[in-house]
Amino acid sequence: MNSDYKKTAYTFTAESLRKKFRFSEYFAEKLITSVAFLSIAIIILIFFFVFRESLPAFKSVSKTKAQTTEAAVNKPESYGGNEAAAEQKPETYNGAEPSAAPQKPETYTGADSETTANKPESYGVVKDSALSEKEVNPDGNLVSSESSGGEGSLSSLFSNEWYPVSENPRYGLIPLFVGTLKVTLIAMLFAAPVAILAALFSSAFAPAWLREWIKPAIELLAGFPSVVIGFFALMVMATFLQNVFGYETRLNSFVGGIAMALAAIPVIFTITEDALTAVPATYSEASLALGATKWQTAVFVTLPAATPGIFAAVLLGVGRVFGETMIALMATGNAALSSLNPFESVRTLAATIGAEMAEVVFGDMHYGVLFLIGSILFIFNFTLNALAEFYVKVRLVRKIQGRGA
Amino acid sequence: MRLKNKLIGGSIITASALSVVLILAIIVIILVVTIIGGKDTLSWKFLTSFPTDGMMKGGIFPAIYGTALLVIVMSLAAVPFGAITAIYLTEYAHEKSWIAQTIRFAVRTLATVPSIIFGLFGLGFFIKYVGGGMDHLFMGGQLKWAQPNLLWGSLTMALLTLPVVIVSVEEAIRTVPRELREASLALGATKWQTIKKVVIPGSISGIMTGTILAVSRGAGEVAPILFTGAAYYLATLPTSVSDQFMNLGYHIYVLSTQSSNVDQTLPIQFATTLVLLMLTFTLNLTAVLIRSRLRRRIK
Repeated sequence: MNSDYKKTAYTFTAESLRKKFRFSEYFAEKLITSVAFLSIAIIILIFFFVFRESLPAFKSVSKTKAQTTEAAVNKPESYGGNEAAAEQKPETYNGAEPSAAPQKPETYTGADSETTANKPESYGVVKDSALSEKEVNPDGNLVSSESSGGEGSLSSLFSNEWYPVSENPRYGLIPLFVGTLKVTLIAMLFAAPVAILAALFSSAFAPAWLREWIKPAIELLAGFPSVVIGFFALMVMATFLQNVFGYETRLNSFVGGIAMALAAIPVIFTITEDALTAVPATYSEASLALGATKWQTAVFVTLPAATPGIFAAVLLGVGRVFGETMIALMATGNAALSSLNPFESVRTLAATIGAEMAEVVFGDMHYGVLFLIGSILFIFNFTLNALAEFYVKVRLVRKIQGRGA
Repeated sequence: MRLKNKLIGGSIITASALSVVLILAIIVIILVVTIIGGKDTLSWKFLTSFPTDGMMKGGIFPAIYGTALLVIVMSLAAVPFGAITAIYLTEYAHEKSWIAQTIRFAVRTLATVPSIIFGLFGLGFFIKYVGGGMDHLFMGGQLKWAQPNLLWGSLTMALLTLPVVIVSVEEAIRTVPRELREASLALGATKWQTIKKVVIPGSISGIMTGTILAVSRGAGEVAPILFTGAAYYLATLPTSVSDQFMNLGYHIYVLSTQSSNVDQTLPIQFATTLVLLMLTFTLNLTAVLIRSRLRRRIK
């Protein structure tokens, strides 16, 4: 065996050691690399297309000026007979171009009219507009004039009125912002302390066997679909909280906020827990060796060391609540009011998109404004994530490595 | 002083323990309430029959069927792409290279984008741009693809679940010992052969976990399909990817907020919620179990 080996003495030359070119290798590598770029492409595409679709909101301004005269002559049908409780509901199709009709998502086509008719008042304004749509145009024939599409103007974006489907549509985003911020604040006031304390318990106080159980259990909460949490909030929590606090509107920002906290808790918990366990054991060992108790170590050593991570956790929690749609749709009452009272109904940005997109006409101002809201949500979330990512991570690493905070 | 210290310490530990108890209690309450509310209505007949009387009675079979189709088409798109991205990140890219860092950042961003934005994107990109283009090219301007359907809904959902797959597969690939790869390379296998014969078989459980988690996520999300394919009510089952579909989550949403008589359909709503919750709960539990076994293997 040994001699055989010697006979075929190998001489390694530069030529024989060079990597052979193999097409399959090359192909596989290039293919895998290009697929990996897909994630980046998706982010760019999302940004591009969501923003592109919001352009009608800006175009409509000039269109309005050009068509004021025509609009005066060709007055849009006003469905006055439609019981008009508040300006928010009537005339969903005011301003539809007939050609755009087939493009409209036909979410409601399958529904028989009885289902949409006579619906309870208490579930907000959105469905009322769905209702009026049904009543006015049961078979989807759109009666309208082209001109009214651009009646609202861009400046109305900063007004205090969100009446997208009235005869004189106004797209004031202020109530939506106020509502979203209110809900987010309530949710974070509830979710952040609970989640951070729970993470502290899990990482510092709980025995190892208990931690093994707590973490997956709370991760299960993350797996609850938001529509289930929304349903729970709508059917059970809303009634319960109303009985406890005795406020008037059943569905309000308080209920919505608490429900969204349930969605945010697992996010904050998981990241905080990771940040706390990432603090080097030498920190707590040193503290304990100096005679500090367990809780003193946890509160005065581990917790401060993990602050950037906890900050990131809260930021991501905010992002989760900010963009949450189904819970907002189901549990906040969906009235675009800009009051600061936590026990009044609100309409969040995300819920507005979810509720109204199915009813708008492709390409008109309302459509554009909804996409504009989407762009705002996306940019906000992107910024939050980037903040959490870069700034916070850099600080966390520096802090733990002791290069000054 | 010592007493005061003990008091503070005791209260902090109690408060943190209570937080955990509170969270667990909420989970249990949601489960129990849904089970109590839904158990009487839930039956085999409920699962296998169509809704009747304007969705006031009957079962939820089309919604289950639609959800199943949705997650299948979604997985077909999300799992291969997610797994390949994970392979690139672990096997090809250098950890510190800016490409890998950017991709990671993109994946994490994708994971935090609100689900409604995916819905908007699906509408703007898939339906209007891709669908409109397809109609223009193949259908001669006739409307077929430029409207909400199963394909666009599933693809939108696939984008949402892509990060879930990437993260789990990546985690699993990292558990394949480096020695195995080195042994394979030393025996003369090329990089791609090593990946094909060593890395992928070794991380199959991670790909499974990723798929399960993605399916559970996709089955529960409603916002992305609100305007990319879900239908309020359909009398027939979808037969091709260009049909609209019913969906469990959307069904709950519709019945609880859009229907004429919410109270009358309450049992159906609870039972549907129970079905959806059980589905996602079981899937997640399976994933958690597989994952904890995986983690133990590393230790």
